[in-house]
Parts: sequence; C-alpha cells; structure tokens
Amino acid sequence: MTTVEDTTAIVQAPERRVRILERPQATTGKFSWVTTVDHKKIAIMYATLALFFFCVGGIEALFIRLQLAQPNGTILSAARYNEFFTMHGTTMVFLLGMPIAAAFGNYLVPLMIGARDVAFPRLNMLGFWVFAFGGFFLYSSFALGGAPNGGWFGYAPLTSTPLANGYLPGRGTDFWTVGLIMLGIGSVATAVNFLVTILNLRAPGMTMMRMPVFVWMMLVIAFLTLFAMPPVTAALIMVFMDRNFHTNFFNAAAGGDPLMYQNLFWIFGHPEVYILILPGMGIVSEILPVFSRKPLFGYRVVVMSGIAIGFLGWGVWAHHMFASGLGPIAVSAFGLSTMLIAIPTGVKIFNWLATVWGGAVRLRTPMLFALGFIAQFTIGGLSGVMHSIVPSDTQQTDTYFVVAHFHYVLFGGLVFAVFGGFYYWWPKVFGKMLNEKMGKLNFWLMVIGFNLTFFPMHFLGFEGQPRRTYTYPSGMGWDTLNLLATIGAFIIAMSVLVFLVNVIFTARRGEKVGHDPWDARTLEWSIPSPPPEYNFAVVPVVTSLDDYWHHKYTEDDEGRLVKLPTGGAGEEEELIPAGFDPHSIHMPSPSYWPLIFAMALPIMGYGFVFKNWYLLAVGVVIAFFGLNGWAIEPSTDPEPSGTEAH
Amino acid sequence: MAQAVVTAGSSAVAPHGGDHSHDTNTGVSNSKLGIWLFLSSEALFFGAFISTYFLYRGRDAQFLKGPTPDKLLNIPFTSVTSFVLLMSSLTMVLALAAIQRGDHRRLRIWLLATALFGATFIGGQVYEFTEFYRKGLHLGTNMFGTTFFVLTGLHGAHVTIGIIWLLLLWGRSMQGRLPAEKSEAIEIAGLYWHFVDVVWIFIFTAIYLIPTH
Repeated sequence: MTTVEDTTAIVQAPERRVRILERPQATTGKFSWVTTVDHKKIAIMYATLALFFFCVGGIEALFIRLQLAQPNGTILSAARYNEFFTMHGTTMVFLLGMPIAAAFGNYLVPLMIGARDVAFPRLNMLGFWVFAFGGFFLYSSFALGGAPNGGWFGYAPLTSTPLANGYLPGRGTDFWTVGLIMLGIGSVATAVNFLVTILNLRAPGMTMMRMPVFVWMMLVIAFLTLFAMPPVTAALIMVFMDRNFHTNFFNAAAGGDPLMYQNLFWIFGHPEVYILILPGMGIVSEILPVFSRKPLFGYRVVVMSGIAIGFLGWGVWAHHMFASGLGPIAVSAFGLSTMLIAIPTGVKIFNWLATVWGGAVRLRTPMLFALGFIAQFTIGGLSGVMHSIVPSDTQQTDTYFVVAHFHYVLFGGLVFAVFGGFYYWWPKVFGKMLNEKMGKLNFWLMVIGFNLTFFPMHFLGFEGQPRRTYTYPSGMGWDTLNLLATIGAFIIAMSVLVFLVNVIFTARRGEKVGHDPWDARTLEWSIPSPPPEYNFAVVPVVTSLDDYWHHKYTEDDEGRLVKLPTGGAGEEEELIPAGFDPHSIHMPSPSYWPLIFAMALPIMGYGFVFKNWYLLAVGVVIAFFGLNGWAIEPSTDPEPSGTEAH
Repeated sequence: MAQAVVTAGSSAVAPHGGDHSHDTNTGVSNSKLGIWLFLSSEALFFGAFISTYFLYRGRDAQFLKGPTPDKLLNIPFTSVTSFVLLMSSLTMVLALAAIQRGDHRRLRIWLLATALFGATFIGGQVYEFTEFYRKGLHLGTNMFGTTFFVLTGLHGAHVTIGIIWLLLLWGRSMQGRLPAEKSEAIEIAGLYWHFVDVVWIFIFTAIYLIPTH
C-alpha cells in the first residue's frame, strides 16, 4: 500500500508532530509483522504460534506416553508428570484450539463475506499479542518456580488451598490462574471483533443466509466465547484470592463450596468444547462440497444445527460432574439434555454424508482429512452420548475411556479438520500448493497413529486404568494396550514432522497455482492468491449462496453443470480490473499501541504471581499509556497525499 | 455480475472507521455494537459473583466467626453514596447532550461532575472498607467478608476505570481534540458508565436491601 513516495511525503509533511512513538508506516519487511493490523498477516502469526504450541504440547504428550509405555515407568517423576499433563491439556485447549480458530477465522471471515478487513483491526492485533504473551507467560512458570500441576480444569480445593498448606507446591497454580485470565481477555476481544465484523461488514447482498457455513460457525463460537469466559474468569479470580489472600470461596471448613467451582468452571468448560469443535465443523462444511462438486446438502439445516448446538451447549455442563453427588433430579435433567444435544450433531453428520453421496468425489488431501474428521468425530460423538447414561458415566469417570472420548472429538475431529484446512487454503494464503504425495503420507500416518493411540484407551478405561496417574503396576492387564498407544503417539509425531517438511519443501520449490486451484465455491477464491492487502479490488455484490460458483457454472435443462464463459471470473490478469489504483483504497494503518497494552499484561501478571505491587503498578501505568495512545490515534491515518481528509 | 462499486477517492473502508460508520449492515456503528457486546460479557462476569454471593449467604452459620452483616452495614450512609453514583448517570447524559449540541464548555463541566460523583462513591467505599476492617471483618473472617469485599471491590475497580476514562476524555476535549462529530466517544464511555451504575443497583439490592434471615 504505502509506496516509497508516500513515505517520504509523510516524513516531509511540515505539520506532522514528531512524537516518541511515531506511528509505524511500513507494511512490508520483517518489522511490519510486529505492528501489522492486516487480518491476513495476523492470521498467519496466529497459525504459526498455535502450531508451535501444538508441537510443545505434543512433546509433553510424548513424554507422558513414554512414561506409561511400560508399568512402573521412571522417565518422569510424579511431580513432573503432573506438570506435563496439566500443561498438555492447558496448551491444547488455550494455546492451540482457541488460537487456531482465531487464525482461520481471521484469514477467512473477511474474505468470505467480502470485507476488506475486520471491524477493529487494532483490537485484532491486541488479541494476537495477548495470546503470544499469555502463552509465554504460562510457559515461563517452568523456569520461575514450577509449572501448573493441578490439571487443566484446576479443581478446587486442590488448587485453592493456600500455599502454606502445601496441597500444590510451587507457583504453578498462580501462573495458571493469572495466565488463563489474561488469555481470556484476548479471547473476549477477539470474539467481539468477529461478532461485529460478521454482523456489520458483509458485502452488499451477503445476507446472513448466504454466508458460508464456516462464517456461521465463527459467529456461534464468538457468542459462546463472549458468554463463557466471564464465569471462568470469576472462578479463577476466586481461586487466586483463596490461594493468596485467604478468602474462603472454596474452603468447605469455613462455609465455602467446592462444587461451586465445578459449576462455574464447567459452565465455561462445556461451551468451550463447542468453541473448539465448531470451527472444525465449519472447515469440513467448506471442504466437502468443493471436493464432491455438489452444494452442501441442507445448508439451512446445517446452520440451524450449529445454532442449536450453540444454545443447547449451555445446558449440559453438569454431565462433567455426575460423580460429584448432585442428586437424582439434577443428574437426570443433565443426562437428558446431553442426549438432546446429540441430535443436532447427528443431523450435521448426515448432512455431510449426503453432501458426499453421489458427488464427483476427488480424494485430494483436504478431502481425506475431512472424511477422517467425519468418521472419527462420529466415534467420539458416540462415546460422548454414552456419558449421558449416568450409571455408565459414573463407571467411566476419571478413566482412560474419557481420555479416549475427548481425543476422538478434539484430535480426531478438530485437529483433522485443521490439517484439512491447511491443505485446502494453503494455495490461497501462499499461492503455492502443498505437496500432494507428502500430504497423503501425512494423512495416513496421522490416521494410523491417532487410532492406534486412542482406540486402545477405550478398553483401558473399561479395564479401570485411571487418568492422571503417573504410573501403574504390572499384572493389571494394561501393558500391551499402553505400549500400543505409545507407538501410536510416535506415529502421530512422524505425521506432524511430514507436514513440517512439506511446508518447508513447498516454500522452497512448491508448485505455483492460480487463484482457484480447487474450482471452489466461496468468495475468497475469486481474488488473487495470495490476496492483496485490500482483499477485493472491487467490493463484490452477492446474489446467492456459493456466489462464486454461480459465476462459473450454471445448470442445463437436465440439471447438468455447464461452465459459463469466463466473464467476471476468468484469467489471473482479469481479477483486478484495468485502471484500478490500489491507492484509492484506504486501509487501516499499523500501530504500536495494542502491542504496548498487551505487553503490560504479563508485567501485571508477574506482579500478581509474585505479589510484587511495584511491578503491578508499572504494568497498570503501561496499560493506561497504551490504551490512551490507542484511543487518541485514529484507526486510519489521513490520506498521505491529502486528497481527502477522512 | 460483480459490479464495481468504487467511488473515486472515497474511503473504501468506510465501515471500518470508528466515527463515520453509518453504513453498516445492522445500522449500528461498529464501536457501539462492540461496546454492547462487551457489556453483555461483563454482565455475566458480575452475574457469576452475585450468584456466588447469594449462594454463600448465611451458609457459614454453624462455624460463624467475626462480625455479621447486620452489625456492619450502614444502610443510610451507603444509600447516600449510591444516590450520588446514580446521579452521575444523569450528568453523563447531560455531557452527551452537550457535545451533540456542540457546547464544549458544558461537556467538560458535566464530564468533570460525573467523574467527581464517581470519585465520591469510591471515597465512600474506601471509608466503608476501612470501617469494616477496623471492626474485624477481613477477607477470610467469614463468608460475608469473602464475598462482600471481592464483589464490591471488583465493582469499585470498574468505577475507577470509568473515572480515569472520563478524565482522559476531559483532557482530550481541553486539547480541542474532541469535536462534535466524535460525540460517539462520549456515548460509548456513557454506555460503560451506565452499565456500571446498573450493576450497582443489583449489588446494593443484594447486599444491603435483602435481609439475611
């Protein structure tokens, strides 16, 4: 956007005051990534960092599996094992699952609805940097007095008992509470941004019922995030206060109620499950029609099922607490609501199958991952419905059966969808196709490794192996299945390595492709790859669902597809109309302020964890400095050439 | 089909600017929709603490230590500071009306009045906290101490943030950087301020007006 001439024009403008923090101008070069507000660059940073944490959490999982490969394992001490399973769960939920949704959402939502950026570009930037600082803040605990070790759900009173009583030694729990509160702030900011973007910035003609399913799913999860984060933030504040300031929120000996923690946590925790899986469902709903060359079967029903899941997701939280003695009425009600939520989920699965049925299926890598998602998510969904049968759930609680169940949903579901999404949108983001052979190898290794790891855990659970226990004696009959699971985990690691090699290989000598290599349906494929900073040279006018497809194809009298002569959507050079001047589009300018505000959060966080009130005060001052600068700075700098003051 | 809708020289990202966003899909500007959504999230935050307060009310009767609410709460005093806080919503509305008329002098007067009323309320809260502490109610004394200090303390923190926000707006207006077209900045601060007031109505009712037994 900003050319060399423009930059000099700004520097020479006499009325411009020189401040300490002169507004950054560069939109290219390495440093521009730090100050960028471009939703596409932010998305790439989200995905890169989320993949990094995926690898870190994965390495923790490999250690866990090595420890459990044989009875009486000695690779990890009990204390280290607690840290690893806690950080594995925390990482995969908060540092992979939620940011990867933000990555796909950031890149795709504006492109799919025909917008040039998100509603609040600087808030978007803030969301990313809070995630980055929050993630490293959490991991800094390993070096600063012990990592979190109370499980990813941090049940009170284990976590909330004051340090002196020594239930959970070390500062880990404080890092965990403060770190999650911090990440929650970023998630709420991101959710507000997605909501306003989707509700307000749709291109002309892009009505709600013409939005791609992925955008719908992002809308639903943004609402879920908005309302799920506050209760857990409250619970985390209470734990922090109990632990450090001797309040009694969860201290039964003084009248507090540990069950209250479970309620507050799972009112967040169950919608969180849908926050994690719905983006995956959105991705799959985009991939299946393209590789079946059919429209999504029952678009409206898929959208409505997604919304129904969003609502019902609020009424099922206590199925995580069946073993806690809630009483028969509460338990029956939550058992029933859990059965109920399986209906919209099942409806979606049938819609996906009907989409593929009778289609001209192309088994390319993204399609393989999408089909893998359907199969494995269905298995995870079925073992999930089993938990609505309360007596059966009571047997399964805290066994490896539960571990098997939620990995089938979150790994077999979400992670498979995410990898499918990588292979599907890679050519759009980088203009190059990921290698297909390595892609298929990646897929098959992952399917084999995943099922080898987690399918045996169903049986281990039925045979009574407890979760979160650092070792087990021999002679329980668990040895073979545990060894199989460990072998599977390393096969998964190999498949991720293949993916990383594929990424490097593609960057070096990948095959360059056009703007629409898959012959796809949605708006993002109608613009060049990679998209220009302003996304759309001409804001599209949308007339139907799958608008771009209808620019390319029509049906003859017998319902067969007929390719239209290349009109609006043709050769690469026609994508941007002749005589179009990118400078006529006025994009939001880069900024330092969100970065400064985000930096203040870990400073405040260390202040809280170490009860260092000077550090806290410094953080508060920096935060207000950042917010004030942010408020004063206009979202878009005035046009450098001065043609029109906006 | 995809017609060009680029008007020469216009700001093509018009719906993105915070201040001139009348052409959004919903008709509500981005900033206003954003603050409403944020406040809905905040409502659940306070909701969690208020429900915790109700759940724990009087539950510690069997191991009660320290002073109880009926011996501590000075209802007439807090009624007065609450009234002051509610009146600050009125001055906030007057501030918005002033900037919409282009009356910047009155805008600044009402902004300062709102901040001053808010500060009076916070002053009352500081006095009340000190008084309770002197009478032996600490965070860990009993369930009332735990829930009361944390709930009202978090509300007080929200009011304090609001006061700083108002003062920053006042400073911008003094520098002449808050023209009448940017009245939405006042409106958004006002929405936050009214929200914090409404939350206090709930907290005041819950703690001071509903008898414990």
